[in-house]
Amino acid sequence: MEFFDVAWRLLVVMLAFLVLPLLVGQAEHKVMAHMQGRVGPMHAGGFHGWAQLVADGVKFAQKEDIVPAAADRRVFQLAPAVALVPYLIVLIAIPVAPNGVVGQVVDAGIFFVLAVLGVGVLGQVMGGWASANKYSLLGGMRTAAQLMAYELPLLLAAASVVMASGTLSLPGILDVWQWWWLPWQLVGAFVFFVAGVAELHRPPFDAPLAPEEIIFGPLTEYGGLRFAFFMLSEYAGIVVISALTSVLFLGGWHGPFADQLGWLWMLLKTAALCFLVIWMRVAWPRLRADQIQRFAWTCLVPLALAQIALTGVVKVVFL
Amino acid sequence: MPDYFHGYSVVGLVAVLGAVFVAAAFTGGRLLRPVAPTREKMLTYECGVDPVGDDWAHTQVRYYVYAFLYVIFAIDSIFLFPWATIFAAVGFGAATLVEMFIFLGLLAIGLLYAYKKGVLTWT
Repeated sequence: MEFFDVAWRLLVVMLAFLVLPLLVGQAEHKVMAHMQGRVGPMHAGGFHGWAQLVADGVKFAQKEDIVPAAADRRVFQLAPAVALVPYLIVLIAIPVAPNGVVGQVVDAGIFFVLAVLGVGVLGQVMGGWASANKYSLLGGMRTAAQLMAYELPLLLAAASVVMASGTLSLPGILDVWQWWWLPWQLVGAFVFFVAGVAELHRPPFDAPLAPEEIIFGPLTEYGGLRFAFFMLSEYAGIVVISALTSVLFLGGWHGPFADQLGWLWMLLKTAALCFLVIWMRVAWPRLRADQIQRFAWTCLVPLALAQIALTGVVKVVFL
Repeated sequence: MPDYFHGYSVVGLVAVLGAVFVAAAFTGGRLLRPVAPTREKMLTYECGVDPVGDDWAHTQVRYYVYAFLYVIFAIDSIFLFPWATIFAAVGFGAATLVEMFIFLGLLAIGLLYAYKKGVLTWT
């Protein structure tokens, strides 16, 4: 039945959207704590503080909603939604298992996904401008600059996979994926993943937020539910970038017994990349805004161009 | 209805779902939270002191030049996607490969030019 089929897919996507970011958030609490010789949250929920984020959510929902008198009220209030909803929309296009287990096959898959992802960052720019706060403005400017610098390597690395597979559709890419694409597209994978993490402003690329320097950048004036939405969008972003990297470069559901266990490989690869994102936060200090720019333009962009050249030569000459 | 539009109508439904989620969350939040505004609370936050100067401070947008750079490069790279789906098709092969290197060369020269101009140094 068509109606129930679509409703079922929407429900699963919504559930994934609400649960996976919380899992990553909780994992971050615990992984960071153990890497730093702490135990992290232990109280909420009883078992190793599993309900910490639920408790946080309850707290956020009860906090007063303060819009500064000087702020651009409507834009300020709308910004968290603009930051969050694109990640939900992207999830519908990500294939989880073979034989069409995907929210919806979108013809221009990778193109669509990259376009929608760009909108998410605009939410932060909106918040940064509408807050009418100097720290927010600085953070918003850095966000905009970082978006511009890292969108390009992201696009180029994704284009390399499209060249290799000859299709824009994400399930289509996985259908033709072979294991040796892994070394072939390795540089592209590095560029895509790093640029994705940078677009999320995750450490070491968190100069736009920089809590020790410009309070919390675009989020300085936010509190309560709207702040929680920004946080949720950050973790949803980690899930989406990790899932996309595993689909484009790590073979998604490919693995032993893919017909039965495809979803498991996909989830494991995504989880491993999420772990890497958390690890990066613990391992490296924050880059300065200018170092972030230099890294994008003088390192990632040339690397991505080199990957495109390699992909083109291998594809035309050897295949 | 062709498959193509069907796909995007589902995508549209997800967007609607997202909007409903946001509206429900904000409405729920409004019912749960207290409202007790004071003048001090509504002040712009500036490390505890009263805000100084205008709300939207004038800053020098030093990103201007490579915002420009970005627009040029991004528009170029968008054209990669339709090209990438067919470049290895039968009968294209060598010609498209040469085209690709011309394209990459143009991008590389652009980047090199910007580098020489000092756009890519930030001190």
